[in-house]
Amino acid sequence: MDRVQKTSGTRVELQMARSMCWHCQSEVAGEYFCDRCVKVQPLSKELDYFTCLGLPRRLKIDPADLEKTFYELSRTFHPDFFQTKTDSEQAISLGNSALLNIAYRTLKDPIQRVEYLLRLEAGSAKDIRNSPPADLFEEILALQDDLDEFRTASSTESSPEILEPLRNKLAADRDTLEQRQRDMERRLFEIFEAWDTLQDQCEASNADSRKKRETLLKDMREILSNRTYVRNIVDDLVATIG
Amino acid sequence: MARIVGIDLGTTNSLIAYMDGKTPRVIPGRTGRAMVPSVVAMTDNGLIVGDPAKEHLVRDSARTIYSIKRFMGKGLSDVQGELAYFPYKLHEQGGVIRVQIGEKSYSPPQISAMILKELKQRAEAYLGEAITKAVITVPAYFNDSQRQATKDAGMIAGLEVLRIINEPTAASLAYGLQQRTQGTIAVYDLGGGTFDLSILKLKDGIFEVLSTNGDTHLGGDDFDREIADYLLKEIQAQYGIDLHTYPDSMQSVRLEAEQAKVRLSDELKTVVSLDLPEGKGRFRRELTRDHLESMTMPLVERSLGPCRIALKDAGLTPADVDEVVLVGGATRMPLVRHRVQALFGKPPHCDLNPDEVVALGAAVQADILAGGTTDMLLLDVTPLSLGIETMGGVMSALIRRNTTIPTSSKEMFTTYVDGQTSVDIHILQGERELVQDNRSLARFQLRVPPLPAGVPRIEVTFLIDANGILQVSAKDVRTGESQSLAVKPSYGLTDEEVERMIGESFKFAAQDFKSRQLIEARTEATAILNATEKALNQGGHLITAEELAAVRSALKALETAKDTEDHKLIRTRIQDVEKATHHFAEVLMDSSLKQALENKKLSELA
Repeated sequence: MDRVQKTSGTRVELQMARSMCWHCQSEVAGEYFCDRCVKVQPLSKELDYFTCLGLPRRLKIDPADLEKTFYELSRTFHPDFFQTKTDSEQAISLGNSALLNIAYRTLKDPIQRVEYLLRLEAGSAKDIRNSPPADLFEEILALQDDLDEFRTASSTESSPEILEPLRNKLAADRDTLEQRQRDMERRLFEIFEAWDTLQDQCEASNADSRKKRETLLKDMREILSNRTYVRNIVDDLVATIG
Repeated sequence: MARIVGIDLGTTNSLIAYMDGKTPRVIPGRTGRAMVPSVVAMTDNGLIVGDPAKEHLVRDSARTIYSIKRFMGKGLSDVQGELAYFPYKLHEQGGVIRVQIGEKSYSPPQISAMILKELKQRAEAYLGEAITKAVITVPAYFNDSQRQATKDAGMIAGLEVLRIINEPTAASLAYGLQQRTQGTIAVYDLGGGTFDLSILKLKDGIFEVLSTNGDTHLGGDDFDREIADYLLKEIQAQYGIDLHTYPDSMQSVRLEAEQAKVRLSDELKTVVSLDLPEGKGRFRRELTRDHLESMTMPLVERSLGPCRIALKDAGLTPADVDEVVLVGGATRMPLVRHRVQALFGKPPHCDLNPDEVVALGAAVQADILAGGTTDMLLLDVTPLSLGIETMGGVMSALIRRNTTIPTSSKEMFTTYVDGQTSVDIHILQGERELVQDNRSLARFQLRVPPLPAGVPRIEVTFLIDANGILQVSAKDVRTGESQSLAVKPSYGLTDEEVERMIGESFKFAAQDFKSRQLIEARTEATAILNATEKALNQGGHLITAEELAAVRSALKALETAKDTEDHKLIRTRIQDVEKATHHFAEVLMDSSLKQALENKKLSELA
């Protein structure tokens, strides 16, 4: 399969790209329906998910508010309500609904949300990490040994008396790592706060706030990479011990 | 907008419903029964569907088709394990199963279309208007091929299928409408052949599906099979007869097993009794509910796995579920109710008729599409992850399972070799790592302009629409030109095949009509021939020899015409006979009148 990475890295324009109704050619300004002919308008493909759901680009989102907006927009765009309309309008409703659903799904989950924000702000969500994070180095090494021991033991049809303690040890390792993952998530959510405050404070960028911004982005990226690393190990563990 | 009906196209029974104002109603047949058994019989006298067809199961099992839904969107290798259970012959052509009946073979969508047509005619007779648009339900866990096959069936039956909707979510619409429920509900839908579990959040008229899971090969049929297998073993042990070699008897066993299962939902024990072939007598056996439950416990347990996965995918525990709703005839079994109650920790709801609730919900969805209702909206999900084949036979997921539909994913493709002019793309559905463990949906070839490697950029959009059906489109990013794709389904009919079947279906309809007219004309001819002969025997002496000869010759002509296939000719000859016997009939009438009068006189005299 010949596949290239999705083009990311370009900053996305916030405004809706269109300015003219596809149907009656009259001017439309950021609305979902044309004032004149009342036809549904396509959401711009460049529209970012925050704008799509009528939100500022902030990390702390009230799930109830988000859901309310999502339901309202679903009622606006869902293909069910365009069945009696023209083919063009049905196609627009389908495209808009698809975008809306993806936007909601992404922003609803805080991890996906911050990954998405990093893509928008810094081009990519995370570095791919191949070695364990420094503060987890010891634990991960010990875990790898435990895993190897368990795999060897289970492949040589060892008795339950030998396997059970090994399994318990791995289960304990899993609990520790899951706790680590939760700690990372808590730290990440703390940065949400800082990021949003910074965004609220300085729309005008000075050297100091620019630096602070870069630091926050770097920190979030770092935590996300570590989290993904730990998550993969936990998945591997669960797959091994069931 | 023309009326849109809701259709539950079930494995064992099908129903059609419509919106009567604000109330969904199922449409009964002439006998008052709303359920149409999903059985099709190809008899010498033509096609029969529903209850009368079911009677043919035990008489003409090789030409009577049931449970066709199990084969929708499938290849022969998918159903190898259960071929032995079906009396009709199956083979495969172009990745699609075909049912062989005599000289002809039919795809599952064609057979389903026969059931749909029966429902359509029923609705037309009941509502007194032409029905051309429908919402048809499918199991939530149906994959793209199975959904597409259902849509094809609708088209072949002459219906525009405006929406394919999931059965458990349809049921939730019917429930929501009635109860005005808010909160989290789990719909446990165990039908004739399929099982679904859907978890929904109901809030302010929005029915948002959080997750769905299921087994498209688990249903009431499997319970019947367990009982039937037990009975067959017992008969073998007691009488030394292997009923597997008697297809008609096999159907009797299957139907008797089904009825015993139904009875055991109300009673603690029942007696199964069966006539054995070749005059070997009658087999009788008492069956208790306990025994039934011990035989079918593994099946019920199998349904609980998908329930747990659906809960996990929704990020919920059983305690988070406010209400559990039971759908499908098989949920009448006490064992199912107990196990569901144990899993969710609360008694399930079964206020609405579990056989009808899906069709009712489909009618509600039809009303939404027609613009009749705007306060309810269903947001459903795709049940299986969608992906493409990548290097090394690995599936790369593009759209995860339980994503709200409609949804889409864009992928950019390029070339590795200078001047390469095409890229092959293989679309898959499933949750496994390797291509071979997932369901192949379709393949297509992307056309690429001959350029140095890596220069072409073709953007492919995979869009799952509100029916849960995939649409693929491609665009050359450099030129902005979009290209049309010839997507070849792995387990489905091609567009051309569907077109042809729609054509054939009309031809069959014309043929069916013609053969019915022929049968009617012949029946009438026989009646006239018999009646005239009888009259000639009684009063032939009352007319002249000339007239008698004319009548005789008209009768002879009708006799000859009766053996032709031409119903118009038969009609003409019938008229000829009527003309030739017109005077004779009068004479006969007079004479019998006279006789009657004479008799009267005599009686008066006496």
